[in-house]
Amino acid sequence: MNVVVCVKQIPDPAAPQSLDASYNLNRSGKLILDEADTYGVEMALQLVDKAGGGEVTVVSMGSASDLAGLRNALAMGAAKAIIVSDDALRGTDALGTAKVLAAAIRRVNPDLVLAATESSDGYTGTTPVQLAELLDMPSITFAKSVTVTGDTLSVARQTEAGYDEVTAPLPAVVTVTAGVVEPRYASFKGIMAAKSKPVDILSVADLGLADQVGPAGARQAIVDVVTAEARQAGEKYVDDGDGATKIVAFLESIKVL
Amino acid sequence: MSLNSLWVVVEPANGSLTTTSLELLSHARTLCATVAAVTWGAGEHAAQVGEYGASTLYSVGDLAGALPGAPVAAAIAALVVAGAPDAILVPTSYDGRDIAARLSARLDRPVLTNVTGLADEDGLVSEHQIFGGTQVARARFTGEGPGIVVVRAKSFAAEPTGGAAATVVAAAVGALGATGTARITATHVEERQGPKLEEAPVVVSGGRGLGDAARYALVEEAARLLNGAAGASRAIVDAGWVPYSHQVGQTGKTVKPTVYIACGISGATQHMVGMKGSKNIVAINKDPDAPIFQIADLGIVGDVNTVLPSLIEALKSRAS
Repeated sequence: MNVVVCVKQIPDPAAPQSLDASYNLNRSGKLILDEADTYGVEMALQLVDKAGGGEVTVVSMGSASDLAGLRNALAMGAAKAIIVSDDALRGTDALGTAKVLAAAIRRVNPDLVLAATESSDGYTGTTPVQLAELLDMPSITFAKSVTVTGDTLSVARQTEAGYDEVTAPLPAVVTVTAGVVEPRYASFKGIMAAKSKPVDILSVADLGLADQVGPAGARQAIVDVVTAEARQAGEKYVDDGDGATKIVAFLESIKVL
Repeated sequence: MSLNSLWVVVEPANGSLTTTSLELLSHARTLCATVAAVTWGAGEHAAQVGEYGASTLYSVGDLAGALPGAPVAAAIAALVVAGAPDAILVPTSYDGRDIAARLSARLDRPVLTNVTGLADEDGLVSEHQIFGGTQVARARFTGEGPGIVVVRAKSFAAEPTGGAAATVVAAAVGALGATGTARITATHVEERQGPKLEEAPVVVSGGRGLGDAARYALVEEAARLLNGAAGASRAIVDAGWVPYSHQVGQTGKTVKPTVYIACGISGATQHMVGMKGSKNIVAINKDPDAPIFQIADLGIVGDVNTVLPSLIEALKSRAS
């Protein structure tokens, strides 16, 4: 079974973030593999292992100046990586991203496409299902567990009340929630092997999508960005054994108790 | 008013419609005189959507076990061909995001998500909280409509206007091919005690500072004693300590309780955006410089594993 995992290299979420003059997220610093994507990579590796054959390909869009995030996925065990990287992609929206990823994924012809429910930098959360529509595949989002039997996919899908059991025929797109599998750490051997694994870097022209990406393709614009009204900090005490008492008094003052 | 018509996707739940759906209907009515709702399933919602401002209810009907995303999007796309609204508003939810994404690709129209405000300024302008809610970006569509807008819970108030029942119009799904093949084969309801996380007047949330998964029970017990709900930071959901449904934050739920008690949560921007609208915030964290203290009305610098058990004891002795 061949599995594609959509991954994103993002600025370190722990570092201060800023917008550039065009209101795009500043991505000039070091890029890392979005932690949310490591669950999909792990799940893909487990599914391929269970199927007894096939490989995992990671597919991405963004700057190829720093490939550490993709190398990380390769070091975990993915066989190869494809990244669509092009200055023309700056300012591409979620649908444009889905078009780019769909075009790249068609080259792999996978049985299953996995993605996180949303990225940890943009949080749009629509790209995987837009991708499914473009690839003419069913999609099951918010998976807590994924099993494949023959060419049928079974997913436990998170719901408000609990979870649903959902099935679909392959090929399909699945988004996985965090915490459902424990992503492996890359071994030293894996890290060494990743250095020689293939990374294909494609341009927008390679995919024939020139007029559908970038700000023009996005058909949306930021009007302005303003500082939100700040919430004021209240009182802060160092716990001296009386922390709980202070909380109880506060809850009384706001009539919760 | 520059808007002629808005459609709102309203999501059925337990024989009614979700609160976020009603919030969107209410707000749409303030922006535009003509509001239509789109729903699915076997329920009767004409009176309810009418009461919240919709004059027409497009009903996709029973989905025969299909996941809603593909069929509902296909039905809306067919309606758009017959006569498009200025924009389509969709609640942020598991199914809402699927519908919006499918519809966006089908119509080849952009989607704006994580919207927390919507105004008519010669066309729709949406608000998005960025960088943990410290800044607000405002955006608009620049191409041909209808644009698709996915709105977060609790962005608007749900206010009935007392309108008459909406006229129900059946909406056909049409052929879906492979995209419509996902089927729900079983539904599991997990036992939940106390109020729902998004509706609870008190939310007690736990984070990495608890130290290990077993101590999340302290958070649950404090929540129970306060008749509240237990929430979690992304860090402990990612670590597998608690299910995703407990997560408060950018990824996860937005809560605005009377009081939010953050236990061992440092206050990553990802978390803050989901709870900074709370009326009162209490934080317990051993790091005096934790960002959560910048927005807390009451901050206790201390070990959550001593403060929380004392709080539980104090609450228990009050109860007895």
